[in-house]
Amino acid sequence: MSASTITGARTASAGRAPASPRRRTRWSPGLLFLAPSLLILGVFVLWPIAQSFYYSLFDWTIGANSQKWLGLGNYVALTQDPHFWNALGVTMVYTVITVVLLVVLGFLVALALQGEGLITRIVRSALFFPTIVSLVSIGLVWKFLLDPQIGLVGGLFDLIGAKPIAFLTDPSLALPSLIFVGVWKSVGFAMIIFVGGLKAVPAERYEAARLDGTSRAQSVWFITLPSIRPTLLFATLILTIQSLQLFDLVYVMTGGGPLFATDSLVNLLYRSGFVDYKTGYAAAISWVLFAIVMIISGIQLRLFRYDDVD
Amino acid sequence: MSTETLRQRRTRPARRADGATINRILVRIFIGVGVVLALVPFIWMVSGSFRSEADLFGNPASLFPGSITLHGYESVWQQLPFLRLLLNSFVFAGVTTLLTLLFDSLSAYALARLRFRGRTLCFILVLITLMVPFQVTLIPVFIELFHLGWLNTYQGLIVPRATSAFGIFLLRQAFISIPTELDEAARIDGASHLRIYWSVILPLAKPALATVAVLNFMNLWNDLLWPLVVTSDPNMLTLPAGLTLFGGAHVTDHAVLLAGAVISLLPIAVAFFLAQKYFVAGVSTSGLK
Repeated sequence: MSASTITGARTASAGRAPASPRRRTRWSPGLLFLAPSLLILGVFVLWPIAQSFYYSLFDWTIGANSQKWLGLGNYVALTQDPHFWNALGVTMVYTVITVVLLVVLGFLVALALQGEGLITRIVRSALFFPTIVSLVSIGLVWKFLLDPQIGLVGGLFDLIGAKPIAFLTDPSLALPSLIFVGVWKSVGFAMIIFVGGLKAVPAERYEAARLDGTSRAQSVWFITLPSIRPTLLFATLILTIQSLQLFDLVYVMTGGGPLFATDSLVNLLYRSGFVDYKTGYAAAISWVLFAIVMIISGIQLRLFRYDDVD
Repeated sequence: MSTETLRQRRTRPARRADGATINRILVRIFIGVGVVLALVPFIWMVSGSFRSEADLFGNPASLFPGSITLHGYESVWQQLPFLRLLLNSFVFAGVTTLLTLLFDSLSAYALARLRFRGRTLCFILVLITLMVPFQVTLIPVFIELFHLGWLNTYQGLIVPRATSAFGIFLLRQAFISIPTELDEAARIDGASHLRIYWSVILPLAKPALATVAVLNFMNLWNDLLWPLVVTSDPNMLTLPAGLTLFGGAHVTDHAVLLAGAVISLLPIAVAFFLAQKYFVAGVSTSGLK
């Protein structure tokens, strides 16, 4: 009896056996292919996102054994920290001015340089070149260029009889100088994005307008701009997210000074986390940055929402 | 009356042509100023790396060296651990890029070609990592690396960056656009998925792979914050971190730092001249760091 059930079971499994090769072909190594990336993203991105929020709820110094639960205490402390409000202000001013200048200049340059002639392409490459250079090299060079004693800018001031200006050590000029360098670096990047957008506009739209006797300025305003709305959104979003993360230029050119005039959010985060070792506090700053990035991206997505372009 | 209209007719197109020429000249001036502004800092950077301190302080208005000195290029190797910085940058950017290409293309193959439970979830997880600013994870990762004993090591620099969500995304798009008839033919011939991935898909996706490679190498080579957090030992710093730290503390000689900046720019500049279209493709689809 028991033997027969065993054999019965055996025959049943044997009966299923022919199906198994088919199954084997249907089995797919998908997760195996994904494993290395998922492991790295899981351990070094996804899990740390959660951890970073967890840390932000503690009073914690790296290396210290005691961690004190604060709840939202770090976030409350942020609202009372003048350095935080200063850094938020610096970051916002930098972002708004840089993004507006980059979108406007990038668009205008792209309008002038959308052709495919040899000279146009060379000029585009030249304008794009600063994009691929590290912010450290660029910051270093501009720090020297703006130096009142050795810099070309100061030298030119001297040449016309004006007193060289200490751009980076004057609290009212340091942030505008960083904005200038930030725009200088990325204007070619903005241009390239807009050139791509302009090329995608169907030529018939312009032809119809030309027959109606539209001027060049009118056709830019009424045809080009509405047609490249997705590009405009993409450029604005990417540039905004980049600008909100301002750090390298600050670190290389001013160190956040003079008098915290260029102390950006990420610079404050770096200082809190890796100089003062206030781990929990720095984690809270990183979540505020995250929230700002999300909120501003959300607003921009809504503002640019298509309400049927044509 | 009739002569007047005639004259008007004659002058109007002429005037319009004048306006157009003036416009064109203005545009050219605008672009010309832009090109000068874009290039002068680089010319000054290269020329400054050949100038003595006396020359820099004496003629700040000059774009070119009064006399050429190689002092900057000689001293950069002594005043900074420059050879080590260069080596570290090559190891960090090079090895990480190779690993990223491998891992990202494997993942992209799975997402584009294989059917399995949880595929959509995996793709969503990848997309989430794309949306979160890198700084959010910085502190927990630093603590993880501290516990692993990976601070100031190559594996600490490389492993956490050895895959890029953007690369997976971009390669997935590229793989999807490759016709499936090709891998079906290979499968009838009995090829395994690994074989199809390696011999069919990868060769057909070379432009996308080149774009991901160029973009990753550039971002890693230029990165400051990540190496700055993971390394503090001067022997483990990369070029950007080393130039910044030494430039802030020990080295005050401008020609030395400019020489360092020029050398650290060279590999990227050469790559740009050889493979500009991949830089443009990568940067314009992803944005920068």
